[in-house]
Amino acid sequence: MPLSGAEIIIKSLQEEGVEAIFGYPGGQILPFYDALYSSSLKHYLVRHEQGAAHAADGYARATGKPGVCVATSGPGATNLVTGIATAYMDSIPIIALTGQVPCELLGKDSFQEADITGITLPITKHNFLVNDVKDLARMIKEAFHIATTGRPGPVLIDIPKDVQVNKTKFRYPENVSLKGYKPTFEGNKGQISLAAKMIGQAKKPVIYAGGGVISSGASKELFRLAELTLSPVTTTLMGIGAFPETHPLSLGMLGMHGTRAANYAVSQSDLLIAVGARFDDRVTGKIAEFASHAKIIHIDIDPAEIGKNVRIDIPIVGDIKKVLAILNSKMEQHLAGDWQHKIAEWKEKHPLFYESNGSLKPQFIVEQIHDITKGKAIIVTEVGQNQMWAAQYYKYTKPRTFLSSGGLGTMGYGLPAAIGAKVGCPDSVVIDIAGDGSIQMNIQELATAVHYNIPVIVAILNNNFLGMVRQWQELFFDRRYSHTEITGPDFVKLAEAYGAVGMRVEKAKDVKPALKKAIEAKRPVLIDFTVEREENVFPMVPPGGAIHKMLGG
Amino acid sequence: MRHILAVLVENNPGVLTRVAGLFSRRGYNIDSLTVGRTESLNISRMTIVVEGDDLVLEQVTKQLHKLIDVIKINDITSEQYVDRELVLIKVGADPVIRGEILQIVDIFRARIVDIGRRTLIIECTGDEGKINAVIESLKPFGIKELVRTGKVAMLRGQKFTSISETKEDE
Ligand SMILES: Cc1ncc(C[n+]2csc(CCOP(=O)(O)OP(=O)(O)O)c2C)c(N)n1
Repeated sequence: MPLSGAEIIIKSLQEEGVEAIFGYPGGQILPFYDALYSSSLKHYLVRHEQGAAHAADGYARATGKPGVCVATSGPGATNLVTGIATAYMDSIPIIALTGQVPCELLGKDSFQEADITGITLPITKHNFLVNDVKDLARMIKEAFHIATTGRPGPVLIDIPKDVQVNKTKFRYPENVSLKGYKPTFEGNKGQISLAAKMIGQAKKPVIYAGGGVISSGASKELFRLAELTLSPVTTTLMGIGAFPETHPLSLGMLGMHGTRAANYAVSQSDLLIAVGARFDDRVTGKIAEFASHAKIIHIDIDPAEIGKNVRIDIPIVGDIKKVLAILNSKMEQHLAGDWQHKIAEWKEKHPLFYESNGSLKPQFIVEQIHDITKGKAIIVTEVGQNQMWAAQYYKYTKPRTFLSSGGLGTMGYGLPAAIGAKVGCPDSVVIDIAGDGSIQMNIQELATAVHYNIPVIVAILNNNFLGMVRQWQELFFDRRYSHTEITGPDFVKLAEAYGAVGMRVEKAKDVKPALKKAIEAKRPVLIDFTVEREENVFPMVPPGGAIHKMLGG
Repeated sequence: MRHILAVLVENNPGVLTRVAGLFSRRGYNIDSLTVGRTESLNISRMTIVVEGDDLVLEQVTKQLHKLIDVIKINDITSEQYVDRELVLIKVGADPVIRGEILQIVDIFRARIVDIGRRTLIIECTGDEGKINAVIESLKPFGIKELVRTGKVAMLRGQKFTSISETKEDE
């Protein structure tokens, strides 16, 4: 029996094992929503399409499975754009389905027409405009394949209304054949042997691990490599959770707001083992002085990352999990020496710290969140100081427990991503560590959380500033606080108006009880923490500076 | 340095935009880009002349490879190849000077493809040097209009840039 395009989309999503989708209807996606009405696919109606894209992204980061979001044509599709770009920059597999005007109206500036494949060209791994219902199932199959293999990323499928209505026989293809898409999974054996030899000879090795370790599911292999070679491990923001931060070899994060131990170790190392990381400018600082005494081994699935920003001595293109497994099999147990002592000394001498002066400190709140969740929660962040403190003061031990917009730095990411994460991992406590600026960018998603009773917790570190920008103004613009003082609504009342639980905390002693209550509430909760207004994130590498020259901390 | 890339792509709508967009977005300089069909249905071939040092070229090639529609890329610059370009030149040609123009056309083995009352259209095929030379020679007569196709290129002898040969040289 022939099926309509709309039914084919749903059947195809089910073939892909999709359980939840996030979306918002409109004229040109109506046939799809009609088919959805009588299907078992779980759909979450967000309050803004950007929320749908971030929720799909949060779902994907927390579960490792692709996230799916849906929007109508024109404004619906353009509202997805920031979410798609966020996923693109962090290599997150999401599928965006958009309605489009019927084929015969394409290119005529029709009502709610936007060239969304054109618009998303530079922010998707690939995208499709479906012209014929006969291509639909194949393109969906290809989309999932492309999004989830190799270096993952978002894929958009634009589906004109008539294609959703037209009928054809449904057969979901078993395989894809894309002549131009064949990621390299197996690392070159010779290169791996060379790397093993180089690691064997290194006196001061450092492992620099990025988000690729998490997307490849290679934490165990990374752990083994670190323990075999006794190499200290520093992670990027995206790599947080890839290596347990409670381990003696953990250096924490490196880069602009990294630990002193991490930045010193990289600067003095004689061998940098870069794994699934991309030498972003927030990590390297002044590139000429980055790891300038080190040879560099770079393992990544994306050949284009190798040699893009820095010169590499041994490149290895392949799936990190596979490459590390082979590399480990060639390594012998190293013994601790001067380097490991030096590392321990730096860690001891330069821990992250903040001054307690009686006022409520944002760092303290993050520590309390860590305590009460025993380090087992999924922490999602907004962007700014809140994000950096969440990265610094919570000790992550598992991959997929720290979700943050790293590459794009999207304010407003946290709440919808937290919703997506909670949908994917209902048994985990999910907390969005937020700023009072960022939270206002997608606050409407509280309604989504309440409607479906998705018990996420929003912890606002409320400084009445766009804190991170204010910090830069303080340090580099003579304290001229141009347009960074920001007011908000009464967040407690706002939460209550949405039907969530609202709390305000002003004193250190009330932090833990409030958090406890929030976790036990089993409902969406917002806690407005009134924190020290002009607290800064330290240590800090001034923009463009060498990473071993840090301010503060 | 200028490099010549022979690029095989899926003949999908938007593929030219994807390739051109990549170049502009990442700040690479295209000298010329030509595209047309090949011996295989569904596959088009681009000849891209791009300016850059080895590092830039490495990035260009890798980034191009990331496009799903790009099937194969050959940097043929350092190989033995044949390259050709075609130019159409409309020159002012009052009857008194036509003889002179005809001589130039003859020397370059070009052809006259249109004769107007005051103009001639000359077609010339050749490598870049020849095309530049013919243009220079015709300039004194007043070039009214000029269009070049951009370069197409092909490896000589037993080397190929085609889909059926993809396996061997990868
Ligand atoms: C969508 C978006 N707009 C602007 C910025 C620039 N920006 C980066 S951090 C920041 C301030 C964030 O303020 P807030 O959410 O209150 O967090 P805080 O730094 O105070 O913790 C701004 C405006 C951004 N990252 N994203």
